Amino acid sequence: MQFIQQLINGITIGSFYALVALGYTMVYGVLKLINFAHGDLFMWGAYLGLTGFSLLIGVAASGSGWMVLPVAVVVLVTVALAGVLVERVAYRPLRAAGRLAPVISALGVAFILQSLARNAYGASWRTYPPGIALEGGLTLAGGVRIGAMQIAVVAVSLLLMAALYLFVQRTRIGTAMRAVAIDPVASRLMGIDVDRIIAIVFLIGPGLGGIAGLIVALYYGSFDFTLGWTFGLKAFIAAILGGIGNIPGAMLGGMLLGVTETLAAGYISPQWKDAIAYVILILILLVRPTGLLGERVAARV
Amino acid sequence: MGVQMTSTRAGLEGIAAALRRRPLIWQLGLLALALLLPLPLGDYYRTVAWRTGLYAILGLSLTVIVGYAGLYQLGHAAFYAIGAYTSAILNLRLGIPLLLTLPASVCVSGLCGYVITRPILRLRGDYLMIVTIAFGEVVRLALVNNIFGLTGGANGLSGIARPSLGGFEIRAPIHHYYLMLFFLVLTLAGIHRLQHSRLGRAWMCVREDEEAAEAMGIDTTRVKLLAFVIGSAWAGLAGGLYAGKLTVVAPDIAKFMESVVLFCIVVLGGTGSLPGVFVGTLGMVTLPELFRPLRAWRDAWVGVAMVVMMIARPEGLWPSRKVQLEIRGEKEEASGRSAAAEAGS
Repeated sequence: MQFIQQLINGITIGSFYALVALGYTMVYGVLKLINFAHGDLFMWGAYLGLTGFSLLIGVAASGSGWMVLPVAVVVLVTVALAGVLVERVAYRPLRAAGRLAPVISALGVAFILQSLARNAYGASWRTYPPGIALEGGLTLAGGVRIGAMQIAVVAVSLLLMAALYLFVQRTRIGTAMRAVAIDPVASRLMGIDVDRIIAIVFLIGPGLGGIAGLIVALYYGSFDFTLGWTFGLKAFIAAILGGIGNIPGAMLGGMLLGVTETLAAGYISPQWKDAIAYVILILILLVRPTGLLGERVAARV
Repeated sequence: MGVQMTSTRAGLEGIAAALRRRPLIWQLGLLALALLLPLPLGDYYRTVAWRTGLYAILGLSLTVIVGYAGLYQLGHAAFYAIGAYTSAILNLRLGIPLLLTLPASVCVSGLCGYVITRPILRLRGDYLMIVTIAFGEVVRLALVNNIFGLTGGANGLSGIARPSLGGFEIRAPIHHYYLMLFFLVLTLAGIHRLQHSRLGRAWMCVREDEEAAEAMGIDTTRVKLLAFVIGSAWAGLAGGLYAGKLTVVAPDIAKFMESVVLFCIVVLGGTGSLPGVFVGTLGMVTLPELFRPLRAWRDAWVGVAMVVMMIARPEGLWPSRKVQLEIRGEKEEASGRSAAAEAGS
């Protein structure tokens, strides 16, 4: 029974990783760039949510569940626009500049976003106001508990991922995205506006990341400005695990990482769970560098 | 802005050219400057100078890996930490004087570099980078979790005896500065020799084109492994010096941010360029330290500087000529310069 409980908790955490991993994987797909700023954009989702709830509570006097909706929309739009801005300012001028320069630029953006958050919200842990996150839950046979919040976050994550998958597979823009990921030059020759497609990727990836930040903060209740780094790194591992550049892979990788981590914490040692996650990453990369679902890999760099 | 940038570039290139023409005079001059620099300064600035030198040693050790062999190492701070902990543990447990622990730090870090990088050598580019990040984090977590009961957990180890040399206790910042300077000069001399050795040329060959290097008979695995082992070992030396100065070591020195700073030191100054390491250290370590009063916004400015720098000068501030030609080559060398350089090389 304990095992099933761990599994449920693991899937919940895994769905967070998956949402954030999508942003890494999409950007890597089109630009072959590890967007180190993604984790911090995700963290900004959590902080913007905090501001949104505080403002709403200032009006409505106490927190309640409906507030999530307007705040989520604002977070989605703001973080998505921030993502596009980051791409426009820090990455686009470096398209032709080799592989190291964009990495440094991405790290620079991460520094900026983190410092901004620390100055705007302080370095201490911040807590979401009470009454917003769902309370209660189900108790199944054998004492296994599923929180209402767990059901909600997993459902929302799955919904978003399904929508993204359909978007990428079925729409014209999605097809263009896949084309750019395979060969930007040929795509341009075929009349695809590559810059616009990349901008759209930077709209969707960070948008999902921002929502994930909001959900994670709601689920855990409190966070600090290092959230982006710690969570972002693991989400990135999830993206690699599933095969970077591959959207279903990011989902699978996220779930796997979440479950492994929770099981490792439960059965081996909570202090070593992060180390175990990293060791698994290393092993997977050694045995199957393309990740679990990866087909195509940037062999030469 | 454009004009200003061009003039800085011209200025830097002028200095670089002058350094190339009269190497000995400039080297002695710089050495004299380094020897005299801390004398008029107070203890705080002497410590800043010490930190600058220490990070320059670390940057030089990483240059071997990132700059010469072209291997993306984003977990270098782990080896710095391994060196620091080796010195600390040997000193605290066995009472070995700190300066005598330095060879052990070098060996242990080098050995860890071998063990860790041996299995991952066939990974390339971004994948290598990710694995080095992961290894860096594993090392940090191992230190935090008090591995083998030796590392003292999250608080680290304290009470390391100060180093002494023939009965003279190295205590004041200026003493540490000169100790660091000795090793910095040693490092520079060693790396300069390495760069022009057979091994150094093999590294650069692997960096430019691994398949071609292999085809030319270079044992790429061995060459890459040597870069990792030498670079890691030398980071361990810097760790030992750190432990001697602060008498405290904590897992924080292995954190990812440190690795990022080291990586930026190498790349911002110009990948594979020795003067570039010093420029990078000034930008990433010294200036932020001197602007400590602006602490709250300091990281944001460092970030802005990183982005602007990469857009303005993707090859780094003081690049080695080769890398500069490669990056700028297609864009602005259409005039006679690239042709001249090719004819010259």
